[in-house]
Amino acid sequence: MSNPEQLRYSKEHEWLSTAEDGVATVGITAHAAGALGDVVYVQLPDVGDTVTAGETCGELESTKSVSDLYAPVTGEIVEANQDVVDDPGLVNSAPFEGGWLFKVRVTDEPDDLLSADEYTAFTAG
Amino acid sequence: MSDALPENAPPRRTALDSVHRALGATMTDFAGWDMPLRYGSERDEHHAVRTRAGLFDLSHMGEITVTGPQAGELLDYALVGNLSAVKAGRARYTMICDENGGILDDLIVYRLADGRESTYMVVANASNAQVVLDALVARQAGFDAAVRDDRDAYALLAVQGPKAHGVLASLTDADLEGLKYYAGLPGTVAGVPALIARTGYTGEDGFELFAAPQDAEKLWQALLSAGEGEGLVPCGLSCRDTLRLEAGMPLYGHELTRATTPFDAGQGRVVKFEKTTNDGRFVGRDALEAAAERAAATPPRVLVGLVAEGRRVPRAGFPVVTADGTRIGEVTSGAPSPTLGKPIAMVYVDAAHAAPGTEGVAVDIRGTHEPYAVVALPFYKRER
Repeated sequence: MSNPEQLRYSKEHEWLSTAEDGVATVGITAHAAGALGDVVYVQLPDVGDTVTAGETCGELESTKSVSDLYAPVTGEIVEANQDVVDDPGLVNSAPFEGGWLFKVRVTDEPDDLLSADEYTAFTAG
Repeated sequence: MSDALPENAPPRRTALDSVHRALGATMTDFAGWDMPLRYGSERDEHHAVRTRAGLFDLSHMGEITVTGPQAGELLDYALVGNLSAVKAGRARYTMICDENGGILDDLIVYRLADGRESTYMVVANASNAQVVLDALVARQAGFDAAVRDDRDAYALLAVQGPKAHGVLASLTDADLEGLKYYAGLPGTVAGVPALIARTGYTGEDGFELFAAPQDAEKLWQALLSAGEGEGLVPCGLSCRDTLRLEAGMPLYGHELTRATTPFDAGQGRVVKFEKTTNDGRFVGRDALEAAAERAAATPPRVLVGLVAEGRRVPRAGFPVVTADGTRIGEVTSGAPSPTLGKPIAMVYVDAAHAAPGTEGVAVDIRGTHEPYAVVALPFYKRER
């Protein structure tokens, strides 16, 4: 699955949409979902939580392992995807769409987010 | 996201390596071998084995051949089982222990021939094959028998699941009907010579096929084609682990270790103090007798199953605790169970908390105490 051009990416394999009214949507990439295997449990930050770029804000559990979820930007959580909590398999089946994780009102972002091409090159290496 | 991407190490490759890559398998390093972890969804592969059939490459397993007039006597002495009493064509699940009764490995031993040409094939876990080989060579002195490293002589394919019998039957004239569980016979499958064994590690009916590595690809493709209409799919080690866990089968390095005797692991039945040869002498006997008495009187800990009430998954090494936080045991294997739809675990717990239905047992999952129900093993048993 190719990485959508309009998104930006973290080196921890999250994707981030362009902010609308200051709010960006965050998920994990198809590459990351493929590496995890079937996701069986998702713990997301609560609405109202403040997350900090590069710090853990939840976890993703697959058959074989548990992985920390990192916030790609700093801001306040305005929505968590209840659909993906109820059906964690969405992370595998639709990582860039129905498998999105949370929406965050961005107050700060790191300067090392990657473009789609850069992320594709990053994961190819 | 981190720690999700598998690391690359310089591993050994099986004869089917290019087949796995062509199928797009996710590969993983397992005991020094580059093995298929899964081809697509490990949950789908798991369900395929439970309801239809799955095809596995298990060529990492370590085969050791023991031959000679006293091959049975050697194995009676070197292993905990009574192997000289096994008839040609039959197999046993057994273990090899050290002098202290600690488990060096669990094994399947196939008796291929008896009499003057007595021959056994010992199949060890990949991670322990060298340890087992070294121990057998060390224990061979004084016996008229030879120990041969045959790890590179065989590829091992397994076809497992309720449709396995039909799929295999379409490719061989061998008498599968007459082949009992834990039996093996030499035959021809898809034109390829193979030892056909009715064994497995999934809790389903199934077969394991030992063949020459150069024949492995032909055998694999024939099984895949024959199984196409039956819903057979290639399966990786990830679902093999959840299948064996549901079936309550121990895994070396998890439930079985050198610090554990077979009695501590709830596997005391594999130890045969009454042996046909050597006046019952075998490596570890004295320590195992003491372990048997201890287990019968005051078992220090018991291997039981836990089923989650929540969705967080217990992993090996997580503490098992009571409501007040007292540590009463440890998880040895844990996974989301595709069949039960809930996380499950095998755990060692203090005997006082081991009875099925014991209340107030939890697993400490990264600081949160998640409630679990104590159940008897296995979690899953197929209908016969």
